[in-house]
Amino acid sequence: MGTRDCQHICAESSPAIGEAGKTGEWRDSFPVIDPEKCVVARQNKPACFLCWLYCPDAVITKTVPIQIDMEYCKGCGICAQICPAHAISMIREQ
Amino acid sequence: MAEKGSTRILDGNNAAAQGAKLSRVQVIAAYPITPQSPVTEKLSEFVEKGELDAQYVAVESEHSALAVCTSASTVGARAFTASSSHGLAYMHEMLHWAAGARLPVFLACVNRAIGAPWNVLNDQQDSISQRDTGWIQIYARNNQEILDSIIQAYRIAESVYVPVMVCYDGFVLSHTEMPVNLPSQEDVDRFLPPYKPHTILDPANPRNYNLVTFANPRVNAEGVLCHGYMELRYLLQEALQNSRETIIKVGQEFGEAFGRTYSSTLWANRLDDANTVIVAMGSLVMEATVAADILREAGHKVGVLGLRVFRPFPKADVVKALEKSRLIVVFDKNISYGLEGATCSEIKSALYGSSVRAVIRNFIVGLGGRDVKARELVDAVNRSLLSAKEDDLTREYPEWICAI
Amino acid sequence: MQDYYEIRWHGRGGQGAITAAKILAQAAYLEGYQGVTAAPSFGAERRGAPISASTRIGRQTIMVVSQIENPNVVVVLDHTLLKYDEVTSGLIRGGWLIVNSWRHPKELDVPGDFNIATADATRVCSDLGLVVAGVTVVNTAILGSFVRATEAVSMSNIEKAIRGRFSDSQAGINLAAIAQTYEMTRLERRG
Ligand code: SF4
Ligand code: SF4
Repeated sequence: MGTRDCQHICAESSPAIGEAGKTGEWRDSFPVIDPEKCVVARQNKPACFLCWLYCPDAVITKTVPIQIDMEYCKGCGICAQICPAHAISMIREQ
Repeated sequence: MAEKGSTRILDGNNAAAQGAKLSRVQVIAAYPITPQSPVTEKLSEFVEKGELDAQYVAVESEHSALAVCTSASTVGARAFTASSSHGLAYMHEMLHWAAGARLPVFLACVNRAIGAPWNVLNDQQDSISQRDTGWIQIYARNNQEILDSIIQAYRIAESVYVPVMVCYDGFVLSHTEMPVNLPSQEDVDRFLPPYKPHTILDPANPRNYNLVTFANPRVNAEGVLCHGYMELRYLLQEALQNSRETIIKVGQEFGEAFGRTYSSTLWANRLDDANTVIVAMGSLVMEATVAADILREAGHKVGVLGLRVFRPFPKADVVKALEKSRLIVVFDKNISYGLEGATCSEIKSALYGSSVRAVIRNFIVGLGGRDVKARELVDAVNRSLLSAKEDDLTREYPEWICAI
Repeated sequence: MQDYYEIRWHGRGGQGAITAAKILAQAAYLEGYQGVTAAPSFGAERRGAPISASTRIGRQTIMVVSQIENPNVVVVLDHTLLKYDEVTSGLIRGGWLIVNSWRHPKELDVPGDFNIATADATRVCSDLGLVVAGVTVVNTAILGSFVRATEAVSMSNIEKAIRGRFSDSQAGINLAAIAQTYEMTRLERRG
């Protein structure tokens, strides 16, 4: 069976969860949020969300509190770098 | 059918601008360069005066010009650009992109030599250097064909989703005025329906286009097996291979609508009884018919084969047209350094495996605006007739008509 | 009137040789010639530098795209250009050399077996105020001499071509210049 059935004539896709593959498998360290430091968690209302904005895999939610989808978090550490409250630490996978 | 519309005396650049206007282009992005500049000037004037409802995007380079056009085409706008020489070379990356993304963008290439050394005059090195970018290439012999080919180009491009380049000789056509019939807007509207994009960027239905694509096919998030890079390349080649049929059909319908028919990929001039055939492309085809007249008067059975469509290369049509030839003299206004003129290579490749067993001679002419006179073409054919022996079918390298 | 003309124009950048070449092509088309082309000399144009332009006129579509080698007519907008050999180069026997000059054709001292026509278009134009940016624009006026010498096109079609290109007031002055130049043209047949 060939690929014609997709009916595409150029490369295309719908933005969807998992479109770039199981990126969680790329992770060699994972982010851990310290609710004592995260501004959103401490104030218990929408605030900051810089990590949500910067996460290249869009796996951080814009919710109170924030949540990370560990199935697709690739462990890049950008969230930890960008957090002004130093609320995220990267822990090596065992 | 008789010609309709009105006839005006126009230079090639003006004919191109009029063709774009009649095609109701919606986005124009181009960077001025000799000899193409008047095309951009004329179109910006149309937009400024409100005669053409289009966005004229002023850009800082040719690369950006084509980037604007591909983006516009992606969101569903009919896009137009034009360039020459160094400008076209600078577009090279985006030429690949437009074809790979299967966007029916249009480009008018006003053929000009490329430096070093600097030269603003005509040859076809610029567009020939872009022949492997996946664009359809059509060459005009005169200003009427520039205008007609642009209108047809949008129909072709938007049917097969391949960008089209219409090439015409700088100065020889771009700056030379001759009578051009301008069809009426109503007739063009009837011939050329609005552009239906195969892609459309819409916030309500977000899509990723031309994303990173791996070597192998893969199943997407919806569970559908999608093309890998190579399948997409195959489809582009397939589209070019199949586009001949569309080019002919569009040319025929153009003839029915406007009285000027373009029902072949080639221009054949007195080939019926010709055993010697001159092959040329662009305005040189016109000069070649003058040379053929002279040679006919001297008793030689000479015809002219003009290449109108260079990509897709019309192999079968060429073989058929050259069936009776014993001597083929190919004149190229370009050179693939280290080999020969590009159209000569294509002719040879088309004849491989056919029953045509003709002597082939290749002459490089007219580089950097060097005038090519009919009498020089006659000389070259006469020399070829003398050297044509069965055991000397081809020569390793082309001959040059220059003072070296 | 012949079936085919090749006309070469010589002037200096800014004098309007190219415009004249185009107006003549337009007039010839109106005259019923199916094939007309008008072109500048190719490449860069600089104000004051000698330039040339060409017009081809034929009963059938013009197929020749190369430069004119053997003109039937050479029109010179600036008589100071006569010192350059290329101006009359290739001009055929029995053809016309048309020069904007106050001199009589006999006084021009140009050797050759072609005919010569002269008219002082500069004076006509400066009297009529046909001056643009300090340059007396003789390009249209000399069309009067062209018509007088060659009879290739009629004055009425020259008028139509002029009216199609200029505003009413500008057309009026240009047509007056053409008419006056036509009248004062002196012809010397020697071909
Ligand atoms: S920024 Fe990187 S590490 Fe942080 S959640 Fe996103 S993917 Fe994971
Ligand atoms: S960047 Fe830091 S403080 Fe801001 S929401 Fe993310 S974890 Fe909380």
